Amino acid sequence: MKLDINGRTHEVDASPEMPLLWALRDLVGLTGTKFGCGAALCGACTVHLDGEATRACVTPLSAVAGRKITTIEGIAESALGKKVQAAWIAEDVPQCGYCQSGQIMSAVALLRSHPKPSDADIDSGMNGNLCRCGTYNRIRLAIHRAAES
Amino acid sequence: MYASRRTFLKTAGTAAGGLLIGLALPVRTRAATASVAADTAVNAYVRIATDGKVTLLVPKSEMGQGVYTGFAQILADELEVGLEHVTVEAAPVAAVYNATFAPMQFTGGSSSIAGSFEVLRKAGASARSMLIAAAATELGVPAGELHAANGAVVHAASGRQLSYGALAARAATLPAPTDAKPKPASEWRLIGKAVPRIDTRAKVNGSAGFGLDVRLPGMVYAVVARPSTFGATPLRYDAKAARAVRGVLEVREVPSGIAVIATNTWAATQGRAALRVEWQAGAGAELSSDRIAADYAARARTPGVVVYERGAASATATGHALEADYATPYLAHAPMEPLNCVVAFSAAGCDVYTGTQFQTVDRAAAAAVAGLAPEQVRLHTTLLGGGFGRRGNPASDWVREAVAVAKGYPQPVMTVWTREDDLHGGYYRPQAHNRLTAVLAADGLPASWSHTQVVQSLTRGTAFHAMMVNPKTGIEATQHEGASDLSYAIPNVRVAVHDAIQPVPVLWWRSVGHTHTSFAVESFVDECAAAAGQDPLAYRLALLADQPRHLAVLKLAAEKAGWGTPLPSGHARGIAVHASFGSVVAEVAEVSLVDGKPRVHRVVAAIHCGLVVNPGQVAYQVEGAVCFALSAALHGEITFVDGQVQQSNFGDYTPVRLTEMPRVEVHIVPSTDAPTGVGEPGTPPLAAAVTNALYALTGVRARRLPLSHVEFTKASA
Repeated sequence: MKLDINGRTHEVDASPEMPLLWALRDLVGLTGTKFGCGAALCGACTVHLDGEATRACVTPLSAVAGRKITTIEGIAESALGKKVQAAWIAEDVPQCGYCQSGQIMSAVALLRSHPKPSDADIDSGMNGNLCRCGTYNRIRLAIHRAAES
Repeated sequence: MYASRRTFLKTAGTAAGGLLIGLALPVRTRAATASVAADTAVNAYVRIATDGKVTLLVPKSEMGQGVYTGFAQILADELEVGLEHVTVEAAPVAAVYNATFAPMQFTGGSSSIAGSFEVLRKAGASARSMLIAAAATELGVPAGELHAANGAVVHAASGRQLSYGALAARAATLPAPTDAKPKPASEWRLIGKAVPRIDTRAKVNGSAGFGLDVRLPGMVYAVVARPSTFGATPLRYDAKAARAVRGVLEVREVPSGIAVIATNTWAATQGRAALRVEWQAGAGAELSSDRIAADYAARARTPGVVVYERGAASATATGHALEADYATPYLAHAPMEPLNCVVAFSAAGCDVYTGTQFQTVDRAAAAAVAGLAPEQVRLHTTLLGGGFGRRGNPASDWVREAVAVAKGYPQPVMTVWTREDDLHGGYYRPQAHNRLTAVLAADGLPASWSHTQVVQSLTRGTAFHAMMVNPKTGIEATQHEGASDLSYAIPNVRVAVHDAIQPVPVLWWRSVGHTHTSFAVESFVDECAAAAGQDPLAYRLALLADQPRHLAVLKLAAEKAGWGTPLPSGHARGIAVHASFGSVVAEVAEVSLVDGKPRVHRVVAAIHCGLVVNPGQVAYQVEGAVCFALSAALHGEITFVDGQVQQSNFGDYTPVRLTEMPRVEVHIVPSTDAPTGVGEPGTPPLAAAVTNALYALTGVRARRLPLSHVEFTKASA
């Protein structure tokens, strides 16, 4: 089947039940989207489907046909994506970095719907993304910074 | 996206005479690409290309603690190059990279900067000296007239200069000087500065290469069906349905279970789900956390093996007697990146790609399983998506298994653990019971203190045990650290351990034994203060009068937290202090109850860790440790019922989320002492700081973790 990823069409040979995460990582070779739980509990696999934050680990390929998929590798294509990455760098957010692709994808989706998010907006927009290193406070700062830039 | 990076595999002679094989990590990928052709190894830490690009080899694993940045700061400072001009690579496995205090290359014990600071300064100074010597020959002037600056050697008198790129080849042929002098502190440009991390860009655009991102030509994926209770072994299995799953290539038995190899991870997990395996139950079939807790509590009331004694704590003392029991559970490390390992056999031996903290040990283990000599195994250290101790295992469990899975398979195999595999896979922080008794003297301070613990050894059954166990007592220091090195000036102290034996694999977990001993000690000293009717801060200060580092961090944290100043109604503060890995950390937690549940609003920490290479990263490590410890204090536990682990994913093993993260402020005590540990010391004091605050708020003493088991009701005002 055909997948529209970051503006390019990729042909994958996979069963329609395969979660998008594994098609991205193992079939297409886009490894920026991370596996953390496989159950939509940690947010490491967050991608955008038609601009909306989606957990790729529980989204079957059958649900993404004809939809625009954006991954961390393509997020800099948008001005907002670039701004969020720049804010992440300015705040020196990552420690191990493993969860940060998902954090950034969630943050971009949040900022798209809430260009000037309150702390409460950040709470609800980002609470699904786990970080074991404890980068949450800088994530919050980076989102505010991106909103102000 | 590792496939293209394989082209960066390269070899170069080292000053130590060995062979360097570096796998470039995606930090400054372009620079690495540009410098492939003509890199010269000046020594084991420094490579310089003809175009002047400098590559620094870091033998420590980057798992979030910022070691690539810290090591680069030290080396680049001595080498007189800008951080923006260096590329960092994971060093290969070689004896030259062994720790100064252990015959192995590893990352742990908060020892990277503390243990390598002088080594790196000398390595940088030595390389600089060799470049200067090469320039002296080239320019025909005495070395004493030359100095290094901005990646070049300069002859100030004539205005001539030669770039490192032009000098590296000659420099590498020179003998390494034995007397190269590191720069004095007054000349440091990078050491001591809060420079941004050098790996951030790759971590915000998806290009950072973790173990799970390794991609080799023809690589296939495997998952392993392991028993659901510890010690069980496969009796027989039926793989017919598994083999019928689209994408499944092979099903094979390995020592740890039944492996399913497939063209992709999803197919492998589907194949595993279709497997029918009959297991022979083993020693762990009956495990019960409740039974362990009851057994440990009973044993803690019996004497145990004395590991430390001063005065006569066991003698009958008169005064106000206190006793308390503290219980802590098994904990999983649960790094965000589940375990994984790629193994590729070839005619030349075997390549292993994994995010490990234990290079030497894992390479030897891989070689043993592969039937090769260690030198025939090339271990490539990737970035680690969190470590916290799980990736430094004397048993090399996931590496051994991955080699067994791939052995004899014609293509490279990545063995992947799911989150459920990770949480069920053992190597936990051990469950523990700490029982304390004290007798207070007339001034309210403890005249005697007795601490008895029941806890497993961390290394029993591995080669490490013989090195770590005290032959006289049969006990490991990691079982009682944080208790037997009690800092409080109490005249009579007795610390004893019951060595528990359980069929549960255990391991160090960020701050090791201190994780449970600090909770017990810092809770109990708070209980003593309360019994004496004294302020918890003043009480600690009185008992630590001869411990300047403790005093410094306690006073700094208390001052910055506003200790003793009014708080909003329904809020309270608690304090704790603990020494570990050579450093001392004090933390003040501010808490309230929200819907009857503890909520931590703010943590103010102060750390004394000697000389600081990067204050930004030191602060961030303490902040991270607060989050890690808070996750455990609020929610963390691995429990057993009928041998089965009751937790399986982040739904029931729940780390702190963004909404639970307190504000964290970290203050560093200025010091020029030798650097001490940073990655772990922020962890131990947190739980007691929180429970002491909850006591101040509610009058309820939480003596069991996690706090989800403790009922709090706010004391009526």
